[in-house]
Amino acid sequence: MKPFVTHTGVVAALDRANVDTDQIIPKQFLKRIERTGFGQFLFFDWRFRPDGSPEPEFELNRPEAAGASILLSRRNFGCGSSREHAPWALADYGFRVVIAPTFADIFYSNCFQNGMLPIRLDEQDVEELFRRTAQATASGGSPYTLRVDLNTCTVADSAGFSKPFEIDAFRRTCLLQGLDNIALTLDHVDSIAAWEAAHGLPPVAAQQP
Amino acid sequence: MPSTPRTLLEKIWDAHLVCAPEGEQPLIYIDRHLVHEVTSAQAFEGLRLAGRRVRRPEATFATPDHNIPTTDRRLPIADAISRQQIDTLRNNCREFGVRLFDLGDADQGIVHVIGPELGITQPGMTIVCGDSHTATHGALGALAFGIGTSEVEHVLATQTLRQSKPKSFEVRVEGSLHPGITAKDLVLYIIGQLSTEGGTGYVIEYTGPCIRSLGMEERMTVCNMSIEAGARAGMIAPDQITFDYLRGRDYAPRDFEAAVAAWKKLPSDPGARFDRTAIYQGGDVVPQVTWGTNPAQVVGVDATVPDPAAIADASERDSSNRALEYMGLTSGTRISDIALDRVFIGSCTNSRIEDLRAAAKVVQGYSIAPNIHAMVVPGSGRVKRQAELEGLDKVFTAAGFEWREAGCSMCLGMNPDTLSPGQRCASTSNRNFEGRQGKGGRTHLVSPAMAAAAAVAGHFTDIREWRYRS
Ligand code: SF4
Repeated sequence: MKPFVTHTGVVAALDRANVDTDQIIPKQFLKRIERTGFGQFLFFDWRFRPDGSPEPEFELNRPEAAGASILLSRRNFGCGSSREHAPWALADYGFRVVIAPTFADIFYSNCFQNGMLPIRLDEQDVEELFRRTAQATASGGSPYTLRVDLNTCTVADSAGFSKPFEIDAFRRTCLLQGLDNIALTLDHVDSIAAWEAAHGLPPVAAQQP
Repeated sequence: MPSTPRTLLEKIWDAHLVCAPEGEQPLIYIDRHLVHEVTSAQAFEGLRLAGRRVRRPEATFATPDHNIPTTDRRLPIADAISRQQIDTLRNNCREFGVRLFDLGDADQGIVHVIGPELGITQPGMTIVCGDSHTATHGALGALAFGIGTSEVEHVLATQTLRQSKPKSFEVRVEGSLHPGITAKDLVLYIIGQLSTEGGTGYVIEYTGPCIRSLGMEERMTVCNMSIEAGARAGMIAPDQITFDYLRGRDYAPRDFEAAVAAWKKLPSDPGARFDRTAIYQGGDVVPQVTWGTNPAQVVGVDATVPDPAAIADASERDSSNRALEYMGLTSGTRISDIALDRVFIGSCTNSRIEDLRAAAKVVQGYSIAPNIHAMVVPGSGRVKRQAELEGLDKVFTAAGFEWREAGCSMCLGMNPDTLSPGQRCASTSNRNFEGRQGKGGRTHLVSPAMAAAAAVAGHFTDIREWRYRS
């Protein structure tokens, strides 16, 4: 997995609560058997009109969101289906960070499996980021940019906004070092075998870590 | 010395803790792993690339359900990409030695219907599946939750999962339900009270006399929708109803009495502490109908479409306005005045035999309204055969319903069963998200009896006033 240490990128503001994974990647695109190639279908039903042309009103299609790699949204982001195709699609489209006040549990853990960082910030801080993004757009200057540092666990802009965020220590380490979770777990294969033996399960032949 | 009282969740958690190494998330052992075609291909591919095997193939059970046609099974699958996904599951199961309940198998069905039905799901177990409605299995007193595909791969390779201990949430329902009110109405009501993220970070244990009075399948309906309140798992302590349900099922323990003795120790101890508790009255629940685009946007059938202007929270108000626009509804409209185009009876929430019996009882002696296209999709091959044995299929088809083969079908519309843009559907499934049943489709979640009555009336109608002809 690609390590995540710091990331600087343009912010795309998706001002909606309860963005569910059915919106992030609609079911008609779940038939693929690869992990890649989902970016073209991200937010498909919102992004495209029935005739296939881009919907100009949709947030990600606006000029200020071009090249964005940090997605800003509202409460309960990623609710609904467990489909990991949702973070696959976001990552494939170019997002590495999602910022919201709260996330649904399964989506939240799925992000970490894919080198993406979901950041929870207070509702007021998220509100402030929406305000600053809108202000940058209105002023017609350069697009609003944030810098995320996983070493210090802060998210900051160049105009005085700087907030710490919380993250589970183990998940942080895995992300910083790009660790393979399965290999890590197989380091504990003796504990797993001991649990199985204690519960009367037949032994399993060793496999490589 | 008496030990500290523990909850059902804590007992299962403690019994499955493999290790909690310093600085790492704890590892818990997984007893049963259920697999379907949509969220597993990339996991098996990951194993193959790393040269890994499935650690416990005998603890892993697979079935295709999401992406399969519900029409005649003898015909080949028309959509080439769908066919490839099913073939991939088939090949993976063969290569890795996993038991597959394939399309032609008499026991094929929606993964959350066949798990309990075959006795694969048992009290006290940890159960995962790459599917958020895995919560269903908690109805039998298991800790069951949905995971992502990377975690599916992790479980396949190690039979464990990295998991921080969830917080516990007691949802206590006092009293009892009025006649005609179902488990579906109860859980929609609870979600409406809790909001779609009220349960986030928690495992819900449903307790109280109203819950205890529910049958096994009704309990599954309740636990199934826990995820719609944000909770990854819902559970109900096992009791005699659970044991009676499991006895004699294919995969039930051979020494059943010994198993029952162990299961009887699972219920939360008196005085066990929950991180949070909410209490509801069963008697407050009326037939529920969702009006919006998430399951918490729900009201009683006797109410009207609410007015977003009355909502204090800005982002909720915004959500409600968007929902009304998408749903093509105006606030103040009476729910019973909402006319429908489609009716779908099925999904892992409401496709079991008791659901079909309840719907058939309403339909008996009636025909569906001329404006309605309605279908019944049994949850499994077994449910379908049982229903046919009881003649329920005849009741449905005589009334004008389509009678289909088992699968997820129009719950998510990955197969050809979808709504067209603008079509309005009364559905017994669990999600009314935008486009869930087809792009532009409008979904209203209801109980099987309410869906059946709506099919006959052509619009929503209060099941409490239904004139049964059976
Ligand atoms: S019936 Fe619907 S909710 Fe249930 S597993 Fe299938 S798609 Fe998911």
